[in-house]
Amino acid sequence: MYSKIKSCGLMGIDGYIVEVETDISSGIPAFDIVGLGDTAIREARERVRSAIKNSGFEFPIRRITMNLAPANLKKEGSSFDLAISLGILASTGIIEHSSLQRSMFIGELALNGCVKPVKGVLPMAVCAVQNGIRYLFLPEANAREASVVRELHIVPVKELKETVSILSGESEIVPFVDTAFDDEDTDGGYTEDFADVKGQENVKRALEVAASGGHNCLMLGSPGCGKTMLARRLPTILPSMTFEEALEVTKIHSIAGILPPGLPLVKARPFRSPHHTISDTGLVGGGSIPRPGEISLAHYGVLFLDELPEFSKKSLESLRQPLEDGVITITRVNATLTYPARTTLICAANPCRCGKFLDPSGQCTCTPGQIQQYIGKMSGPLLDRMDIHIEVSPVKYKDLDSNGPVESSAVIRERVEGARRVQLERYKGMSIYSNSQLQPAMFAKFCRLDSKCRDIMKNVFDRLGMSARAHGRILKVARTIADMDRSEEIKPVHLTEAIQYRSLDRKIWNI
Amino acid sequence: MLDCFRDPVYIWEAGEAELKASGLCTPKVIRSLMDKDVRESITAAMDKINKCDADVITLYDSCYPSALKHTADPPIVLYCRGKLERDEVCVAVVGSRRATWYGLDMAKRLSRELAVRGITIVSGLARGVDSQAHKGALEGGGRTIAVLGCGVDRAYPPENRELMNKVMENGAVISEYLPGTEPVPYNFPARNRIISGLSRGVAVVEASERSGSLITADFALEQGRDVYAVPGNINSAYSTGTNRLIREGAKIVTGVGDIIEELNLEMTSENLNYSAKKSAGFNLSGDEKSIAQRLMSGPVHIDSIARDCGLSIAAVSSVLVMLELSGFVEQLPGKFYKLTE
Ligand SMILES: Nc1ncnc2c1ncn2[C@@H]1O[C@H](COP(=O)(O)OP(=O)(O)OP(=O)(O)O)[C@@H](O)[C@H]1O
Ligand SMILES: [Zn+2]
Repeated sequence: MYSKIKSCGLMGIDGYIVEVETDISSGIPAFDIVGLGDTAIREARERVRSAIKNSGFEFPIRRITMNLAPANLKKEGSSFDLAISLGILASTGIIEHSSLQRSMFIGELALNGCVKPVKGVLPMAVCAVQNGIRYLFLPEANAREASVVRELHIVPVKELKETVSILSGESEIVPFVDTAFDDEDTDGGYTEDFADVKGQENVKRALEVAASGGHNCLMLGSPGCGKTMLARRLPTILPSMTFEEALEVTKIHSIAGILPPGLPLVKARPFRSPHHTISDTGLVGGGSIPRPGEISLAHYGVLFLDELPEFSKKSLESLRQPLEDGVITITRVNATLTYPARTTLICAANPCRCGKFLDPSGQCTCTPGQIQQYIGKMSGPLLDRMDIHIEVSPVKYKDLDSNGPVESSAVIRERVEGARRVQLERYKGMSIYSNSQLQPAMFAKFCRLDSKCRDIMKNVFDRLGMSARAHGRILKVARTIADMDRSEEIKPVHLTEAIQYRSLDRKIWNI
Repeated sequence: MLDCFRDPVYIWEAGEAELKASGLCTPKVIRSLMDKDVRESITAAMDKINKCDADVITLYDSCYPSALKHTADPPIVLYCRGKLERDEVCVAVVGSRRATWYGLDMAKRLSRELAVRGITIVSGLARGVDSQAHKGALEGGGRTIAVLGCGVDRAYPPENRELMNKVMENGAVISEYLPGTEPVPYNFPARNRIISGLSRGVAVVEASERSGSLITADFALEQGRDVYAVPGNINSAYSTGTNRLIREGAKIVTGVGDIIEELNLEMTSENLNYSAKKSAGFNLSGDEKSIAQRLMSGPVHIDSIARDCGLSIAAVSSVLVMLELSGFVEQLPGKFYKLTE
């Protein structure tokens, strides 16, 4: 007898319908699964066989052939277990065929018949809705994750036996409704706040500029001066995510299996800080079983690379293209995957080998040659993408101890959102949405300088010994500062402040 | 022989008979003076000298620096590009080629402040401290002399070519070696005796235990010159040499005043007022004025400036760049600012 049942596969961050076809015929007993399955799917045969038996059903001693369609896409993982076992039970007449209509089944089976959680449930749920599915059967532990998708009945199941009794009408469907999700709080529920950071006023301002224009930053400062603490708080001042953005982030985190339990929708912009020993695939994604890399996990959020000079040149080089494009494309034998990767990059580094070059103690014992060599190690394609350089000095004890009023992230975020709105309006209908994406060809239109500003710019290169590569970066950042000030033109005050954020292009690094 | 002929040119142009008649030369010397190969190589050297437009100053010339003349081992000939002045007061500022930011900053500052007071800065045009010493002197609008360990037609290190040209315009580049001489390491210690010999005192800014500048300090002591040393962090390998000099009795330098005091010079008020004159040329706005005021007492961090002047970081950032562009303030590492000296 023949049966057909729907499940779901993953391609990049999107799901696609997989039809699990089962044919049981007489002949030499066998159990074959065709349709480009990986090892996990081949091993599903053993899990399914045991699960069926241990759930009190009979496993047919006949010739079983299963096909996962479409047959040309490679399928991975254990999430087809539930569908495969139900396919067998439907073919042997234990389940009514009609009860399987408009339903999708996802879940891994334990040998005892329990249904275990899988990764990537959210994109599967989205795919289900898009394909007119009404009931999504899935592991109980994944229910909340899928419940973000509203137009769908979520049916959480604990074990195979329970699933069968629901399908045969013996027990009722109790669709899962997540009540906790209805709260409209959009502030992301961050546990950190800029108000925690004492002093560091100029660093906070620089980060506000970065957030306002979506600029990548480099932070230089001695160990323990608070670079990580500051970077960690950048997501808290980025604009709140829209529902669509949150859904996209959640999808990626769902696929990677890093959704925190009890959090159906990721509302906080992600902050990822991979260690410098991370592999290239870990950073940008890919691998034999493709997974999104850190840059995609930081989608719509912040990717923080602490101790930048320790990262291998090769892995930094691999970040360049995705940073530029906002997506990472992974080419495989029979498919091309893309993962989104739109992130603000923050890199941190010591200013020199001994780390003390920027500290007021004056204890740095590095020669300019050594400092240049140290900074030189970082230079290259990635450093060229840093619009803002921030010098962080350790705060004085006096400041750490003070309880003076400090701005909260919420207040700063409101200003940032205002500046972003200006940019969205200006770039409407164009391929860009923030100043950080301005291309040199657009400077003439959006970053025009009056004669006063041009004089300043010329002076900067002559007197401060700035290198020419700083020019475009200064223009973009000046545009952002003008937007923060709601000024149509870039004025000298905007330009000069932007010049402050090009530390590494200055002479003091280059005696 | 020079006493008799007064100028080597006369020896050169004298015929065999003339030399014999002088009775000062052995036949061997005469033979070698007349030898074709020797004459050719000397002609080649003359060509090189002419080509780089160097003056040849002998020990007997009136423009030979008198301080150097009265040392134990003065060079017979100095090749000189630029101009040496009679009786100029010179102080040598020397130190490590590999110096820290602190050392470089001190070298430049000290030299500038000495130059402002009309003192000529002597150094060796090497990388690191030496280069900063020359630069400081030029910034201060003073004179500076570079003593090379190679021919004066050679720029060594090569990146200092431009600096060398500036030194020639505002002082002199001298050497005891013939133009064309390559920079070979064993020439450098010997030229250090010229650096100290020219100077009333030698200031060592930053030197590790084995720095060549310590050789200069040794020469200075032999020649009866003062030795000054700028103290450094006792943990820094780059200051072990200078700190040892201090322990052994060198005069500690914590500011230009320490050197001036020792030199016993009459300072003209015109010289001293350089900084004041410079700042009078600026037209400061209200915010600029209050920031400048705040910087009077020394370097201040940008956050403190903003807080103390009651301005936003954005405003202070902008004003500071303007002040920097007009040359009024200077940025230090770590977003500290100070008034330009
Ligand atoms: N401005 C500040 N206000 C309050 N606490 C601070 C501040 N700066 C540093 N700290 C404290 O110091 C700790 C160390 O800071 P952090 O780990 O961010 O330093 P870091 O510069 O990132 O050092 P490294 O990169 O070497 O780890 C912080 O966790 C925080 O408790
Ligand atoms: Zn250092």
